Amino acid sequence: MSVAALQLHEVRKSFGRTSIINGVNLSISKGERHAIIGPNGAGKSTLFNLISGRFGVSSGRIDLHGETISGLEPEIINRKGLARSFQITNIFPRMSVYENVRCAVLWSQGYKYSFWHRVEALDSVRSRTSEIVERIGMTDRRERMAGVLTYAEQRALEIGVTIAGGANVILLDEPTAGMSRSETDDAVELIRKVTEGRTLIMVEHDMSVVFNLADRISVLVYGEVIASGTPEEIRSSKAVQEAYLGTEQD
Amino acid sequence: MTPVLSVRRVSLWAGVAVTFAVLPYIFSQSFALSMLSQMGIAIIFALSYNMLLGQTGLLSFGHAVYFGLGAFFCAHALNFIGDGKFWFPVTLVPLIGGLAGLLSGLVLGFVTTRRAGTPFAMISLGIAEMVAASALMFTTFFGGEGGIATNRVVGKAFLGVSYGPQIQVYYLIAGWCLVTMIAMFALTRTPLGRMANAVRDNPERARFVGYNPTRVRWLMMALASGFAGIAGGLAAINYEIVTAETLGLVASGNVVLMAFIGGIGHFWGPIIGATLVTLLQSALSNYTQAWLLYFGLFFLVIIMFSPGGIANLITLHKPVWRAGLFRRLLPSYALAAIAGLVMLSGFFALIEMIYHFEAKETSNKEFSYFGLNLDPMQAQYWVGCAIVFCIGIALVYGVKRVVGRAWEGLTPELQKAGVV
Repeated sequence: MSVAALQLHEVRKSFGRTSIINGVNLSISKGERHAIIGPNGAGKSTLFNLISGRFGVSSGRIDLHGETISGLEPEIINRKGLARSFQITNIFPRMSVYENVRCAVLWSQGYKYSFWHRVEALDSVRSRTSEIVERIGMTDRRERMAGVLTYAEQRALEIGVTIAGGANVILLDEPTAGMSRSETDDAVELIRKVTEGRTLIMVEHDMSVVFNLADRISVLVYGEVIASGTPEEIRSSKAVQEAYLGTEQD
Repeated sequence: MTPVLSVRRVSLWAGVAVTFAVLPYIFSQSFALSMLSQMGIAIIFALSYNMLLGQTGLLSFGHAVYFGLGAFFCAHALNFIGDGKFWFPVTLVPLIGGLAGLLSGLVLGFVTTRRAGTPFAMISLGIAEMVAASALMFTTFFGGEGGIATNRVVGKAFLGVSYGPQIQVYYLIAGWCLVTMIAMFALTRTPLGRMANAVRDNPERARFVGYNPTRVRWLMMALASGFAGIAGGLAAINYEIVTAETLGLVASGNVVLMAFIGGIGHFWGPIIGATLVTLLQSALSNYTQAWLLYFGLFFLVIIMFSPGGIANLITLHKPVWRAGLFRRLLPSYALAAIAGLVMLSGFFALIEMIYHFEAKETSNKEFSYFGLNLDPMQAQYWVGCAIVFCIGIALVYGVKRVVGRAWEGLTPELQKAGVV
């Protein structure tokens, strides 16, 4: 059996006496598109913050391609090939679209903290950046300041920044939140396209997006995974319907 | 592939070089020459400061520490060279200052850059206090109250350059100024320079694209300190004396003012700030004892009316200039200038009246103010100055609307021209 792209062992997190994540076990195999769903306050975003290193775990272990990453700084985890987007758009507002993406490309192209390379003369950086800008469909707006983009454009840029470093495990936190139906459809297409051949884990509230994109779904309720399986299995699961899907119909 | 250097940029730097070269011929008086030398040093210092504030978002209140350490090391280096203890060309002595600045920036910056924002500002202030206090304690290196005196005319003259005459020192400073300017500009276009902006705007996002914000800040701090050290080294050569004041809080505060007045949002903002502040400080102090007050007021006005500094005022006019509409603003600006002059002359007269009223001479306090004789002992002069000041205020308020309307009148055409 090949090593899972991402594996969580008994991960727990508490803030003070409030326990948010209560022993999550999760195994996501390479190339899988995995959605994490659950009611508000279930701990989905916290789980993302633990995986990406924004918060440290209280106990348990997280492995990326078999290598333990829990306890590492976010930038170290990123360099190991895990990138994430944020629920609230998190880009560089005073930079152009192109520069935003380029910031995310630089490290992976090996230029790190260099102050002896001219950034505009780096061919690999330029072609990679242009390619990403093209892939998120913003070539015509590449010089526009990120802060003045529309919400949907900023979300697309956020995805671009997330994938630009070439990470093979991508975490997207509610990528279609706050979008109109047509914007959501575009976003789903974009996500499908840019995560081709990579492992995708996403938190999403929009069930049509989830059932459309995900190969597998995990349901998180009160910091615990109550079910994990294919969309069909989740749809037909009694426990899930009671705990979660049922309440959606109210 | 883009060309490594664009024609436009090369000609720009060439223009700067030519300007530096001909300036002493235009302003040939000795005080002008020493002022130009001072400006060159201030420009390097202010630009290095903006690597922190403008580019990395680090508000430092202790940047003179690195300037001062560079200066002290260079003063000692010159003395060593003079004593024949080692040989080193004076032209390259500022490099020693740069190295001293870089190393102290690496060491002290390791501590200060752990935090950004207000904590960083406070820590930088603490370090500045600490170093300034040490300067008075460790007298062997810092020379105590008297500082370290030195002599720049050491070693053999190379091709007739002994650095005795001020003009030679000016060209040394101008040369270093040009080189460091280009270097600091180039730095903004490197991966580190770009990520400094990223860390300034959103340190958290920077982490999730693989960069450690602390490391970025630390490196920027070390490099900025290195450039400050070069400026300090040039100051040691220029003045031939370095005192504890060189690295004190006043000097640190001064560079903050330069950067803000010029504008921290543009690379060239601090150049304007450094030039203007040096000019004000040396020129104004010749004319009036109240110059510090005017200087403070000037800073206040700039920050209040153009928080982005003078550079921002200039860029604001760029689209108007491009659309060829600048002429249309001129009448309203001329009115504004007149109104401003009336207000300022009234205000300055009042300030000078107060100064001379407080002056030591008891019998005759009359003084000349732009050719007018004012006497602070007689009430009518006070009333007169106050009336001029009030009329000035009223005029400025009126003209503000005129300028606003002139701008509004341009808006449709600017939109048509597609520049806004």
